[in-house]
Amino acid sequence: MDGVHDLGGMEGYGPVRAERDEPVFHHPWEGRVYALNTAMSARGVWNIDIGRFAIESLPPRVYTSSSYYELWLAKLEKLVLQYHLAEADELERGHADVPGPEPRFTAADVARVLARGSFVRGAEWGPRFAAGDRVRASNIHPRSHTRLPRYVRNHVGVVERVHDPNVFPDSMVRGDGPQPQWLYTVRFDGEELWGGDAEPDMAVSVNAFEPYLESA
Amino acid sequence: MAADHDASTPSDVELRVRAIESVLVEKGYVEAAALDHIVEAHETSIGPHIGARAVARAWVDPAYRQALFADASAAIAPFAHLGRVGDQLIAVENTPDVHNMVVCTLCSCYPWDVLGLPPVWYKSPAYRSRAVKEPRAVLAEFGLTLAPETAVRVWDSTAELRYLVVPMRPAGTDGWTEDQLAELIGRNCMIGVELPTVPTVA
Repeated sequence: MDGVHDLGGMEGYGPVRAERDEPVFHHPWEGRVYALNTAMSARGVWNIDIGRFAIESLPPRVYTSSSYYELWLAKLEKLVLQYHLAEADELERGHADVPGPEPRFTAADVARVLARGSFVRGAEWGPRFAAGDRVRASNIHPRSHTRLPRYVRNHVGVVERVHDPNVFPDSMVRGDGPQPQWLYTVRFDGEELWGGDAEPDMAVSVNAFEPYLESA
Repeated sequence: MAADHDASTPSDVELRVRAIESVLVEKGYVEAAALDHIVEAHETSIGPHIGARAVARAWVDPAYRQALFADASAAIAPFAHLGRVGDQLIAVENTPDVHNMVVCTLCSCYPWDVLGLPPVWYKSPAYRSRAVKEPRAVLAEFGLTLAPETAVRVWDSTAELRYLVVPMRPAGTDGWTEDQLAELIGRNCMIGVELPTVPTVA
């Protein structure tokens, strides 16, 4: 979706302010939100793409005025309700009326969620593009989730690397399953993206799934 | 949270977090102790020291350097918490000709298993919006002014690949041990917004 989360190239956000010796979590509740999201994701009811879309599809004023972990809290509340793992009045009261179905995420499960998951899957056909090919990022504007950022759409770049097929986020969020797609690193020159307003001698690479690309 | 917030009174967001945690624990979906362990692992064991060890090793060991650029996931695993690193981790090398920096314009993608959870600035709209359009200006705000002949390559993490920037070994570190070198390599160097610097002796 063409949402406020798709920030590449937007103006007006001011300087980048880095905090020295930043703590991992600024408040204990942030750690709880992070851990709850991690533990609940491990159930496999939703995946990372569905989680991202839950944040992207929040009302723009909520997205732009919330801190990072406030967004994660909103995502968790939304998904728990969407998948009927709890009811709204239970969240309101902070107590469960009835127990939920198995499984329970226990301390024994922690180790397996402390590495990033794998999204590499097999595909029964070969890649359409090869390193060195010129490709145009499609001019798509799906209402649902996509990982093709707006600032590269309709621009021409060069395939730098071909990666193994990965779970296709657009398909997962549509509810059509993983539908693995070949994945490419595509390099765009600054001038191609930003014209005369580009900084000198810069290039941006994105990772683009095969359905995002056309021959150029 | 407001600056004048009374620490003894929970904020609205804290109340919501307590409520959903209570519900999910009572439902039997999660064990509270498991949540404690997840928080603790991120506060104590998973951090930029993991990536720093790999970079320092690459600076002193040419065979390791080659392995790191061939398959960063496999090469860094021995340094990682519980020996686990996600797949599709790619090491990108700074040279006198090219400087690399990493961003996620769409959310907050980041190699957290080798650098720890991303800092607030990395997730900020300011960084996410500007890194792909005016990287040199952003780097200057971090105190890094690139030579005009150094190209900037920005890596936007739009899928499940993750990038680790391998900075150049700074001058004045001849004969340093791997441990000493690792001390120089902060998280921001491995995102590509700072360079390792040798502290000057007073």
